Amino acid sequence: MSRLLSKMEVDRRLIGLAFVLLIIWVGFDIASGGRFITPRNIFNLSVQTASVAVMACGMVLIIVTRHIDLSVGAILGVLAMIMGVVQTDFLPQFLDYNHPMTWALTLLIGIAVGAAIGGIQGLAVGYLGVPAFIVTLGGLLVWRGSAWWVTQGRTVAPLDQNFILLGGGIEGTIGATWSWIVAAVAIAAIIYVAIMDRRRRLAFDFPVKPIWAEYTNTIVKAGLVLAVITTLNAYHLPTRAAERILENKGIPVTPENIEISHGIAVPLLIVALVAIVLTVVVKRTRFGRYIFAIGGNPQAAELAGINVKRMTVAVFALMGVLCAISAAISSARLQSAGNDLGTLDELRVIAAVVIGGTSLAGGVGTIYGALIGALVMQSLQSGMALLGVDTSLQSIVIGLVLVLAVFSDKYFHRRYSDPTA
Amino acid sequence: MPDMNDTNTDKNPLVEMRDIHVSFGGVKAVDGVSIDLYPGEVVGVLGHNGAGKSTLIKILSGAYQADTGQIVVDGKEAKIENARDARDNNIETIYQNLALADNLDATQNLFLGREFVDKFGFLDDAAMEHKAREVLHRLNPNFKKFTSPVSALSGGQRQSVAIARALLFEARVLIMDEPCAALGVHETKMVCELINKLKHDGLGILLISHDLHDVFDLSDRLHVMKNGKLVGSVRTEDVTHDDVLGMIILGKMPEHLLHLAGPGATNATNPQTSETPL
Repeated sequence: MSRLLSKMEVDRRLIGLAFVLLIIWVGFDIASGGRFITPRNIFNLSVQTASVAVMACGMVLIIVTRHIDLSVGAILGVLAMIMGVVQTDFLPQFLDYNHPMTWALTLLIGIAVGAAIGGIQGLAVGYLGVPAFIVTLGGLLVWRGSAWWVTQGRTVAPLDQNFILLGGGIEGTIGATWSWIVAAVAIAAIIYVAIMDRRRRLAFDFPVKPIWAEYTNTIVKAGLVLAVITTLNAYHLPTRAAERILENKGIPVTPENIEISHGIAVPLLIVALVAIVLTVVVKRTRFGRYIFAIGGNPQAAELAGINVKRMTVAVFALMGVLCAISAAISSARLQSAGNDLGTLDELRVIAAVVIGGTSLAGGVGTIYGALIGALVMQSLQSGMALLGVDTSLQSIVIGLVLVLAVFSDKYFHRRYSDPTA
Repeated sequence: MPDMNDTNTDKNPLVEMRDIHVSFGGVKAVDGVSIDLYPGEVVGVLGHNGAGKSTLIKILSGAYQADTGQIVVDGKEAKIENARDARDNNIETIYQNLALADNLDATQNLFLGREFVDKFGFLDDAAMEHKAREVLHRLNPNFKKFTSPVSALSGGQRQSVAIARALLFEARVLIMDEPCAALGVHETKMVCELINKLKHDGLGILLISHDLHDVFDLSDRLHVMKNGKLVGSVRTEDVTHDDVLGMIILGKMPEHLLHLAGPGATNATNPQTSETPL
């Protein structure tokens, strides 16, 4: 079995994680009498995981460069407040309420401020040489405090009508047709990348994996995409909401057309986009290569002419940008921005990243691992909530799982099994 | 090298360091040292730990900067303020800790900082691996692990990667810091063969070591340092192991070579220093 996997060049850690996730899902499904693995719960999981998943993608890069960011939850809080005020108080001075440009401008401003906040922390870490743990611990207090100051503690609501689509919800999905189109594009991309990679290796006479392994890989990936999309499309809107949508369109309600699918939620789409972009950055750009080089041996990176200080600033700034995206998702989901939004998110994010196989020693980590890590964390939390487990007990379980995850990783995997995948 | 003097006067030195001074706080780490290196020559820089040899070499590789002194490359004064400047002058350094990123594979390490990119600015990994295979095959035909992290390689294989990295970018001066430290007998032999191969290709090689035995047989000349000063520069064929040990440990020039004594020599009447000889 293990020889089979190595021939297929599959990351064994990924298989382990997927297996853990499967056990959690099946376990909760049995314990809850079949209420866990349902289209509805899977859809909700995808929406609930999104905010942490987006930040986890950035945290991978931070931890790979041997740093840590404890301030992401607080940054999310202050950015949500700023974006809340921008869309409800600032932009309406120039644009109409619910103007189609409002959400985009708001998000852009949030991203710019996020990059600035992250950049400042990166400057302190890279150029002033203050350990990231301290800078971001300070940042946690500073930005959480700043979140209160934005409105003196007042919760900002209601948010812009287009902005709240970023949080999922009944309208914030792309529906069945578009979901199928996304699935088709994704599968086409999977096949295209597999063919191009193989061609390129053959062109240089490099060893390639056996053709059956290529087929298996591609079929598994495409099958996963189909399974996810089919599940999400199988979750229909509540009858009342479906009726309202049909009425707005002036279509008479019939028993057939009342079954409107949710499809992919906008937050899940955002996660996918962020993950794909960052995976390309990590695997195919100098920036990504240097992040891993710095994590592997900062001295070697410096000697190779890499500007480690500037890279540090860039990585923290990128983290700030992702916090802005997460802030948009979280506040849009609640349709309001409160100054305690994102509290303790730093711990969820770091836990997701670590469960996903990123080494705190630096140099090793994957984006897809962090995504599955985030999903594992959220599955545990949602599953326990479904079973009516006490919140206090939930915390205990999640804390133990985190320690267990790192322990098992340390003992069952070689340290550098797959550094840059 | 039967006629070293002739080759030296025929060619210009690849690199000269003239009257280099560096202090850290009040400590004079390097105190008025001058050394040179000719093409196709292997020169050992010897001295105890703390003799200043590593500091001297780090100035040449751009890791430190001299307080005063000149670096001359190909007869022209060169400004070397960082690793990139050194590289621009075709000076490559292979460090004691090998300066490889353990988590990256051989190809990624070879090209670190100088990756090939395609027309969209994306890394061209296949082209890099192709070139890596070519270069490493020349150095070490048995090298196979192009896509494993270098942490999985043996010491000799890692040394091959580090040297290949230097060659890939047309190094003319190769600085090797303790090239055989932490290597087994077989691997040391492999690295020695490599060094001789590079020498025949016309590279100038500086070997830094505190262990005489590592470098004596490989080197054409030796610069010996003690307490930040140059004890002297001698041709290997003119001296014995004991002579060199005397230079390293006592700072004592061999009697028959007293005219070559540097400012660090303890037994010479030295016109360059005001110190009264003992």
